[in-house]
Amino acid sequence: MDTETYLIIILVFMIVMAIAAIHARDLLSSVIAQGAIGYGLVLCFLLLKAPDLAIVQIVAETITIIIMVAVLHDSTRFETRFPICRRDIVNYSAAFVLAGVLLYYFVHAIAVLNPFGEHTLRMSEAYVYQAIEATGATNFVKGVLWDFRALDTMGEAAVLFTTAIGVLAILRLKGKKQSNQ
Amino acid sequence: MKGMSVIVKKTAQLLSAMIFVFGMYIITHGHVLPGGGFSGGVLLASSFIVLILAQGKEYIKLKKQREATSVFESLSALLILLLGISGLFAGSLFLFNNYLPKGQPGELLSAGNIPIYSILIGIKVAATLFTIFLALTIYKEEVSK
Repeated sequence: MDTETYLIIILVFMIVMAIAAIHARDLLSSVIAQGAIGYGLVLCFLLLKAPDLAIVQIVAETITIIIMVAVLHDSTRFETRFPICRRDIVNYSAAFVLAGVLLYYFVHAIAVLNPFGEHTLRMSEAYVYQAIEATGATNFVKGVLWDFRALDTMGEAAVLFTTAIGVLAILRLKGKKQSNQ
Repeated sequence: MKGMSVIVKKTAQLLSAMIFVFGMYIITHGHVLPGGGFSGGVLLASSFIVLILAQGKEYIKLKKQREATSVFESLSALLILLLGISGLFAGSLFLFNNYLPKGQPGELLSAGNIPIYSILIGIKVAATLFTIFLALTIYKEEVSK
């Protein structure tokens, strides 16, 4: 079997797991299903020859599951269900219409793109063939990340920084109590 | 959060040192082999998280640790910016100026500024994730008291 067949099998597995994650009543099994999606993505990255992304994904996925289980441990285990009201019907129909419109335009957009695996290399050609010479890094993913596209990477670091500050600001209840008194 | 049994505690102590060393390896070889700051930083954070999960809360003074991680996080972010600005003075460009000697490609000491950025971003990612984990464990304890 070629790479595409394996990818299709893994993607179908991931879609099934995503549906399971939405419909599971036990939130712990929902978290586990999300973990299965993440590890499926790891396999996809490995098949597409991106070990860098695979390492990041497998490590970050594990940490995410640990944190989510820790949160779940402190909150409710089972999801509460509400009966369907009129507002839900409007919401669902709006979502379906939006999905249909997006699908229509995606089909038209995919027809214009190159076939899978044959990209047009305009700018990335310079990166691929000159990165080792220009940066001296044999892993030229890092060369691109910290030389040609360093500003993007700094933006990522800023996003992480903001995440930590946001978590600290939301979770510190002690400070809030002091300001109320 | 209570600690686990003695077997789990000892295994976690052994494993966390190994995970830490592997994280350092991933960070410092980021410009030669697959890996780099982000993945290595997450590994460093997970080595501490394993310890805390196994030993329970009382093992180390978590509150002091949280302050220390905040300091490390802010300091490494500042150092990244300063290194970027130093490129502005050494040549012309902010962040894009790889002015240190390039060396032989494939060696550990090569690629100019990229290993330094890698180490700094590794410290930053480790500190951020560990801060989030500690916040989730500490503040819940504060509420329940």
